[in-house]
Amino acid sequence: MPLMPGQRADRGALRRREARTGLLFVLPWLLSLLIFTACPVLAAFYLSFTEYNVVQPPRWVGLQNYRTMLTADPAFWISVKNTAAYTLLAVPLGLVGSLALALLLNLRVRGLGVYRTLVYLPALAPPVASTIIFICMFDSEGGLINAALRQVGLPALGWLNDPTWSKPALVLMSLWGLGAGALIFLAGLQEIPQALLEAATMDGAGPWLRFRHITLPLLTPVILFNLVIGVIGSFHVFTPALVSGGTTGKPLESTLMLMVHIYRHAFRYFAMGYASALAVVLFLAVLMATWAIFRSARAWLYEVGDDRRG
Amino acid sequence: MRQQQRSSRGHGEAERAGADLRSRRLGRVRLRRRLGAVALHTLIAGVAVLFLVPFYWMVTSALKDTSQIFAQPIQWWPTPARWDNFTRALSYPGYPFLRFVWNSAFYAGSVSLGTVLSSAVVGYGFACLRFPGRDLLFGLTVSTMLIPGIVLFIPTFVLFKHLGLLGTYAPLIGPAFMGNAFFIFLLRQFFRGLPRELADAARIDGAGEFRLFWQVMLPLARPPLLVAAILSFMWTWHEFFAPLVYLADRGQYPLSLGLFAFRAQHATEWGLLMAAATLATLPLVGIFGFAQRYILGGITLTGLKG
Repeated sequence: MPLMPGQRADRGALRRREARTGLLFVLPWLLSLLIFTACPVLAAFYLSFTEYNVVQPPRWVGLQNYRTMLTADPAFWISVKNTAAYTLLAVPLGLVGSLALALLLNLRVRGLGVYRTLVYLPALAPPVASTIIFICMFDSEGGLINAALRQVGLPALGWLNDPTWSKPALVLMSLWGLGAGALIFLAGLQEIPQALLEAATMDGAGPWLRFRHITLPLLTPVILFNLVIGVIGSFHVFTPALVSGGTTGKPLESTLMLMVHIYRHAFRYFAMGYASALAVVLFLAVLMATWAIFRSARAWLYEVGDDRRG
Repeated sequence: MRQQQRSSRGHGEAERAGADLRSRRLGRVRLRRRLGAVALHTLIAGVAVLFLVPFYWMVTSALKDTSQIFAQPIQWWPTPARWDNFTRALSYPGYPFLRFVWNSAFYAGSVSLGTVLSSAVVGYGFACLRFPGRDLLFGLTVSTMLIPGIVLFIPTFVLFKHLGLLGTYAPLIGPAFMGNAFFIFLLRQFFRGLPRELADAARIDGAGEFRLFWQVMLPLARPPLLVAAILSFMWTWHEFFAPLVYLADRGQYPLSLGLFAFRAQHATEWGLLMAAATLATLPLVGIFGFAQRYILGGITLTGLKG
């Protein structure tokens, strides 16, 4: 039905009014995007090329901060290695652990609700509190974990006092929180159509084959999600490292993570320029890791219809 | 299949013998299955207990003195129970723990309130109102979630420093009232799912856009708003980095920071530390107890880690 001229003007006015209201609704967020996201990103890149102690105005130094990082700051490389080692341990163990836990919870046992709650509880403890609990349990003399090791006849370890064992100790700490990831896997598992699994059973597929060829492929989107979140989280590990190792990464810089290094330069030495350069490097590392994971996912992410190709 | 077998078998003695054999075999299968179920339950319960050990250790150590905590062999039960760890932690000179609890509640409560209110308004705007550039802006909003917090944190710190707001809660709470990308995303998804006719009907009845939002849409969004409120409360209660950087005066510390400061000075007062850690965890366990459905639902719905 053609619109009368008057109606058309009406509709235009209506649309303009809706647009105005809409902009008014999102206005606070637009301001926030501008003040707390866009400007800070630009400022961070700018500051990374300056020397800036917050009191005097920033002084342009070109690539000096990046040169310092690469050639004259051994602690930077130590923090990169520590963060990489932590990520390489914590992420795969966390993924396998949370998937195993989810499979266990998915066996349709009675009391699932209770187990789900119990497994999620550690995520409620504030990170500072849970780190303190673990520092106590990891105590190299009489801590609970060493006491348990001794009681079953194993040698006690130095844990957070020993540069070789401090990172594994931090990783074990992080594994305490894998229940949250397990719940995400569990939700994914519960969406797998039962009919598929039953059909495979009829065809004589055992539990392993069903897992390998049905469950695992259908779960790859959840694996991708947990993997990306896990890697980004590990790159940013801060609280447990700072609470147990302080700003120097005790013992012997073995828990000096990249975020701790940035924190130290920004808020202890007030070397904002250098800290910004470090933050930019972390940003690039996150982007590259995310890109690499998505790129690799092309090879292993299962999409419906993939079977036709193979 | 079994029924088919049964009907194809003969009559009389043969059948009775067969049935006997079958029931015995069935009994064995059932027994094995029951044993399997018991083993499975034991395994799952064992794993669950393993997850609880650190909690158990925290709460029981809060009732021990240091020699009991580090006793060899392990002393699983505090004898005698030292309840005064709690009273001493609460009244420790220089560490006003009750004040820390109040600060945490104020901090987490304000951030939660601000986040939910603003994100609901903005999420609704993105979901239900049309304006030029909307989809681009929303895409931008989602992509900001990939930027590491620390990149934004340093220039924001400089900004608040120049505004003279260091040492106050303003930098910690203020930005929450302007929206949060994650919760905007969450609530937009919800509002988009509501039927458009609903809004149209209210408009025809003469409701203005703001009344429509406030009186029709917001009440409908109560479940996702509750999820957002609880999650953001919990995350703020856990927050350590921002208070560490912005707050200077110990009387302002939230629990995380108070706990950290206390440990830095009294690393060997383990009983007190565990009592304080228990106090810092307990309120969240309480909230979880009554809002469990929302929290677990929220986590699996949005597919995110707590």
